[in-house]
Parts: sequence; structure tokens; C-alpha cells
Amino acid sequence: MSASTKAVRLAVVAAIAMVGLVATYTHVAAQPKEKVIKIVAKRFDYTPGNFTLKKGEPVILELTSADVLMGFNLPDFNLRADIVPDKVTRVRFVPDKSGTFTFLCDIFCGTKHEEMNGKLTVVD
Amino acid sequence: MNDINRREFLKLAGLGGVGVVFSSALPGVARAADADEFYFLQLSDTHWGFEGPPNPDAKGTLRKAVASVNQLSYKPDFIVFTGDLTHTTDNPVERRRRMAEFREIVSELKVKNIRYMPGEHDASLDNGKAFKEFFGPTNYTFDHKGVHFIVLDNVSDPRATIGDEQLAWLAADLKRQRNDAPIVVFTHRPLFDLMPQWDWATRDGAKAIELLMPYQNVTVFYGHIHQEHHHMTAHIAHHAAKGLMFPLPAPGSQPNRTPLPWDPAEPYKGLGYRGVDAELKEAQYKLTEYPVVTKV
Repeated sequence: MSASTKAVRLAVVAAIAMVGLVATYTHVAAQPKEKVIKIVAKRFDYTPGNFTLKKGEPVILELTSADVLMGFNLPDFNLRADIVPDKVTRVRFVPDKSGTFTFLCDIFCGTKHEEMNGKLTVVD
Repeated sequence: MNDINRREFLKLAGLGGVGVVFSSALPGVARAADADEFYFLQLSDTHWGFEGPPNPDAKGTLRKAVASVNQLSYKPDFIVFTGDLTHTTDNPVERRRRMAEFREIVSELKVKNIRYMPGEHDASLDNGKAFKEFFGPTNYTFDHKGVHFIVLDNVSDPRATIGDEQLAWLAADLKRQRNDAPIVVFTHRPLFDLMPQWDWATRDGAKAIELLMPYQNVTVFYGHIHQEHHHMTAHIAHHAAKGLMFPLPAPGSQPNRTPLPWDPAEPYKGLGYRGVDAELKEAQYKLTEYPVVTKV
């Protein structure tokens, strides 16, 4: 193989690779970015304590604890997670029904544990 | 208690403001060869140490209940406290002080055969350590006049689980029982999903119910929800008792599970304790709900 033929082949391979990269990038960019809801738990509340989501729209709940081990329980969607201090807990969630729903801490965390809850509103 | 004595007892109790409000079949008691008639009391959710508007007589209610029990015409064989003896505190010293005071107050009960178990307020912040120091193990069994009693701990784990170890213990205990043995379970939280939105559930309670299901004659008595409530999971009856500090709303009846307000026109309304009368002749447990203050 001559040097010029080699150079042409390399150029073709590079071009194909570039097309592939762009195609991959385009593919990623075409995916709708999932909404991220950051929720901070501390004794004895959640911030935010109320939030609204759209029915059928996937979200990522990013749960963190500012102090002790907590729970996040959304019984109406059969969704729960431990919130471990110094760790981000991510839960993907697609609300499939509308209404207002209670979420609560289900790991007994102290004197006002029973008041530690919040509301999720899901709209159509 | 024979029929005449029971009728006489209920009449006397009725004069004291007591009402028989529910009776449920407890099949199996009559079948136990060594069974005898008996009667026990369930007291629950005394929350000693609580202070606040839902009970302006927070320091007096338990003492009044003890006096009321001591006035009963019929002495129960035993008394069981189904958890939340004390109101929770983050301070371990204060927790022990409350437990010591509770123990001192109930030492005034004339009946000395008393069974204790913890609620999450007693045990969830230290895995039951202080409770055990004062009241002994958090799960155990005992037999009384042909009935097998099982005390299940679903609170020492702050996640509200019974846990695999205790479930294995339960399975091993049940294997030793006849399928038609009369079995009574005492626990604090409901074993079924009564209202998970209010934390009125046990995360692995279904596993305990599954283990109990093959047994024909099982009845569960529990606390936690501060009100009378009756529920069936197949043939297993679950009876919640009133509390002795503040009543809570009916499941889902209001947005949050905040205590019902104190009614000055009817003090101690919604509070009380329960008598359970094991009737061999009728093969039934009769439940009698008592108010805190006995009218004389």
C-alpha cells in the first residue's frame, strides 16, 4: 500500500468515526432530559415540603439527609428509599396518577418524627 | 367467668360507665383440652412524659386509669401493656426517668401479673435498650390456660420491621403449635397496612401474617393508633385498643394524623382500656371497652 492510499483510508476511517460520534451525540441530545427534584431531609422536615409533578413525566428524586438516617416513603406509588447521611440517593419515578399524596419519613428519627411528612401534587 | 357471673359483672361495670361495644368470635379456645375461662386487660399507649393541649391532665390520666382498673369488680388474670408506655425523648437519661416513673405508677395496680412490650416511642431510638433494662425482653411467648400468647416486637428497629431473625423465631415457635391451637398475638404496630401514609403499618408485617395464616385460631391485639379498630386478614382478627394519653383520628379522616383535641365538655373522651373475656362455653372473646374514669 502506498503512503497516499494509506492516508486516504485513514481519512475515511476518521470520517466514519466522526459521523458516528456526531450520531451518538445527536442521539443523546434527542433524549428529553429528566427533571431532577432535590429533596433535603433533616429532623423533622423535608425541603421542599411540597412539590408538584406532571403525570407521566419521569423525574429523578435526589434525596439527601442533613443529619441522621431518614426514610422517604410515598406509599401511594409504592416508592420508598433510605436517605443515608453523606450520600445522595437517586430514585427514578414516573407518576402515573394525579392528585395530592403524602410522603413521610418511615424511619423513627426523634421526638417530632411523626410530624415529618410532605405533600406531592401530580397534575395532568 | 360463668354466664351469671359475667352478666353480673357487666351490669356492675355498666353502672361504672363501661360499655360492651364489640364481641368477636375467638374459635379454638373451647377446643383446648386444658383451657379454662379467663379474663385479661389490654392497656396501651400511655405515653408517660407527654405534655400538651391534647391532654391537660397528662400527669393524672395514667393514675386515674390505674385507679379505674383497681376498682373493677372482677380481677383480670393478667394485664398487658401494648407499647408506647412512655412518650419519646431524644435524651436517654430522660427516657429512663420516664420509664422509672411509669413503672412506679403501674406498681399501684393490684394485679401483679403484668406483661409489657415496647412501642416505637419506647424503643426505636435505642433499639429497645432502655426498655429491656426496665421491662425485660421485647419479644417472648407465654401460655395461659390453654391459650398460646406471642409478643412480637415491630418497633425496636426504627424502620418498623420485625426482622428476619425474629420471624425465624416466630416460625420455630409456631411449628410447635397445633393447627387448631388458640393463639393470641400482642404487638404494637398493626401487622397489616392499615394506613401507611400515617406510618400505621409494619414493613414486613405481611411475613408474620403469612406465618400465622395456617393456624385456624389466631387473634391479634395491638396499639399504636390510639383508637378502637377491628380488621380481618382472612380468618385472623386484628383489634386495636384506645390509648391512655390522647386519641388519634380515624384512618384518613383528616389530612394529618394529629391528635384529636381535648374536649372540656367530655374530658378523657376517646381514651380507655379494654377487657378481653375468654368465653369457653361460647368459644368467644368478648371485648369490653372501659373509659379512663369510672363513674361511681
